Formats: sequence, C-alpha cells, structure tokens
Amino acid sequence: MAVLVKIPTQLRAAAGGESEAEVDGATVREVLDGLFERHAELRARISDEDGSLRRFVNVYLAGEDIRFLDGLATPVAEGAELTILPAVAGG
Amino acid sequence: MAVSHLQCKECKAEYPLEALYVCERCFGPLEVAYDHSSLTAGGARDLGELRRRIQGGPQNIWRYADFLPLAGGPPGPSGRLASRVGLPAGCTPLVRADRLAAALGLREVWVKNDAANPTHSFKDRVVSVAVARARELGFRTIACASTGNLANSVAAHGAALGLDSYVFIPADLEEQKVLATGVYGTKLVGVKGSYDDVNRLCTELCAERDWAFVNINLRPYYAEGSKTLAFEIAEQLGWELPDRCIVPIASGSLFTKIAAGFREWSELGLTDNPARPQPRMNGAQAQGCSPVAKAFADGHDVCRPVRPDTIAKSLAIGNPADGPYALELARASGGAIDAVSDEEIRAGIALLARTTGIFTETAGGVTTAVLAKLAARGDIDPDERVVLVITGEGLKTLDAVRGTFETCAIEPTVEAFDSEVADALSV
Repeated sequence: MAVLVKIPTQLRAAAGGESEAEVDGATVREVLDGLFERHAELRARISDEDGSLRRFVNVYLAGEDIRFLDGLATPVAEGAELTILPAVAGG
Repeated sequence: MAVSHLQCKECKAEYPLEALYVCERCFGPLEVAYDHSSLTAGGARDLGELRRRIQGGPQNIWRYADFLPLAGGPPGPSGRLASRVGLPAGCTPLVRADRLAAALGLREVWVKNDAANPTHSFKDRVVSVAVARARELGFRTIACASTGNLANSVAAHGAALGLDSYVFIPADLEEQKVLATGVYGTKLVGVKGSYDDVNRLCTELCAERDWAFVNINLRPYYAEGSKTLAFEIAEQLGWELPDRCIVPIASGSLFTKIAAGFREWSELGLTDNPARPQPRMNGAQAQGCSPVAKAFADGHDVCRPVRPDTIAKSLAIGNPADGPYALELARASGGAIDAVSDEEIRAGIALLARTTGIFTETAGGVTTAVLAKLAARGDIDPDERVVLVITGEGLKTLDAVRGTFETCAIEPTVEAFDSEVADALSV
C-alpha cells in the first residue's frame, strides 16, 4: 500500500532534498523501514538502536499522533499521509 | 556579548545563532550556549562590578542582558534606554506571604507575582527575548502556537514594535484570553482541536513560511527569557537562592529554565554561598493534563502524551516538549512533580487570593494547590525558604471563580443593610 510520507525540513538534506516520498507498507513501521531503505541516513536520525523512535520525534498518521493509535504497529491505509515532525516545539 | 552558539542538548552538536531549534543529527532540542569568561576574568572585583551593573540597569529583564541571547545587546539606543523600546517585561514583585505560610504550617513563603507583566503573564519575558532576537535576524512577522497567555503577549509585542503577527490558539479557549489577544490587531486563528493540534499545525507552517514562530524556530532564544525569573528571585532575595521553588509545568520549559538560571549564577559566583545546594524544584500540573506528573510517579524518563481535560487551559499541553528534562530536573534536585484536581485548583486560587491579595489564573491555582499538597504531606521542612511562582492573572480565567462565593443586593438604606446583611453576619 502506498503511503505519502512528509519529511521535515531538518531531514531533507538526508533525504536527497525531498520534502515527501511515496512508500509502500502495511504498518507505520513498514513504511518507515521502506523510507530508510531509500534514504539510509534517515534511520539513525529518527530511530534508536532498538528500532523505536527517538524521544524527540513525533509521527502523525492523518494528523493523529501514532502514540494515541498503535504506535509503530498502527496499520496504514492506501493513500494515507504520514508526517514526521520534531517534538521540541511549543510551550 | 557572552552569547556564543546554539548547541544540541542531546548530542552537543554546535550550530550558528540562527532561527534553528532542532538538531539535524539526532532531533534533539537546541539551546543557547554562552562564554562568560570575560564577565569574571577579574575575580571577585568583577563580580561586584557585575552586581552593580545589574542593579543600575533598567527596571526590566534587560538588566540581565549579559545572560540573554542577543548579539547586539539590549534593544534601544543604550542599555539604560532599553525600557523605552517595545513592551518591557520583568521586575515583578516578590512578595513575602506570611499569611499563606501560616495557613500551611510553613515559616517562609514568597510569591513571585508574574501576573504583574505588561500582558499579565510570564510570557512577556520569553516573547521579549524571542522578538528582540527575531528583529536582529531580520524577521518582519512573528507568530506562535498558544494556550492563551502567549497569544496575548505575541499580539501585544507585535503591536508595540510594528511587526505583523499571527497567533494560533485552540478554538475553545477562554473568552477573556481571546478578547485580550484580538484587541491588539493581530491575525488570530482559532484551530478546531487541542493545543497539541495547534502546535503540530504551526510546526508544519513554520517550515513553509518565513515567520519567526517564537516558540518553534525561535524557541532556543524564547526559552532563555524564563531564566530572568530566577535572576530576579535571586536578586530580590539579596543575591541568595531559595531552598525550593514551586513552578507550573506545561511544556516544561519554564520549569527547567528557572533552574538553569539559578545554576548559571551560582556557577559564576554571582549568588552568595556558592556551596549552597541548588533549589529543590517542584513541578505542578493539573490532573486533567498531567503527562509529566504521571511519568514522575511511574518512574519513567519520557512522557506518554495525553488528551487534556482540565480548567487549567494554559497548562493543557498533552505532549510536553521538555518533559524528559523536567523529569530529570525534579529527580536530580530532590523535588517532585505533582498533579491536583480541578477542585483543588479552585481552592488554590481562593487560598492565594485570601491570604495574599493576589488573584491568579487557573495555572496559579495549580501551583498554589501543589504547595498546599506538599505542605500537608510533610515534604517541606518548615524552615525552608519556598518561592511560589505565579505565572498569570486571575482576570483571564474568571469562570474558575464564578459561583464560589455569595453576594447580596440590597436597597440603599441602613435598615436594609441591618436586616439583610448585618444580622446575617452578626456585625
């Protein structure tokens, strides 16, 4: 299933300058893995060694924080939009 | 000036002093780094000179310009004239609250009343610094994601300095905070969602617009403004530190930066008794939005986001950016992070009003209620010097006190007073 991943400005240099990418996957984890296959440098930037997200990375599926869903195991539908954003904003 | 560069709090990577807030390597937050060596090169004599310079400075946060992240010094034609530019914040009263202390079985409680700022909350401190830096960087438009107090402040600073402003708030904010923002002529955008939705939207917009979002791309500079609360408290206590501070937590930025301010001055030797321990830091949250208090209680080092449901809307951040650092600080300083119910918040507002004459908004009710809770639990030694940080004004959240007392309406005659009031009160 193809999902549109929106890449934040801070990661675009590591993503060949792209601001978004279409990636296949049935869950958030599969989509992110697909993104990392395309842009290997992104993995270390947003993932911990154990494969979970770094603590200052937020991922939203259709505007909803995936921690309110099923985290990285959240299923994604064809045409869904996944947004990666820095968590250190606001307050 | 002593300001040096931006540095990632996590991996320590260095960045130039631009409108940046996230480390590209690890996504950690950037913060401002300083080199204070020139301030104290001459030892004790320089420290005395520095104290005199601060005391002779303007009656606002620019008296602490040596510790703030502006490349060109305080705004205005000279340091002494800084108070003529924009909306000067700070130098708010530190009030000795003996009646509040007595009510709680304590001996020395001080209230730092930051409602006494131009737009009636501590946000004027952080906005003053962020907007001054934004002007140095050449921005013409300022913006923010706000739970209300920041909205007031950004709109007012935009008006004072002739900058365009965009203010994004949750659409269901208290009416007083909406009115006290729109009046300044800002472009006010109500977003159908929680503060966390507003924040996500603004983080996305920030990448697309050439605007200074004070609490996003200018956040490293903005956060530094909160240190001035610590500087003022220390200066007002006669260059001494308190033993304990009670501070509300929304994102956790204010909480951590107050401690950073105390530490910065202690390390320089600017406060007396450099060997004295740093203050215990107690964070205060509302039970209806307490991701940091819950992580503290559960022994976690990260916060799980929550959906806020509390009358303390100015603290209603379900996904707090500085949560991990607030947890570290509370534990390392020997403090704690507690949460109180909406009923306790209302009682906190009443307790502060009736013992100090200070009317605070719901966030101050949270802070006062946490102080009462700590005192009741026996966590505070009666001989401690405690500072309660009151961040905002009660007139902004009037609904919180509606129906909490009775009034009577009488005919304008002595008989009516005697029969309807005096008899009832036995006066």
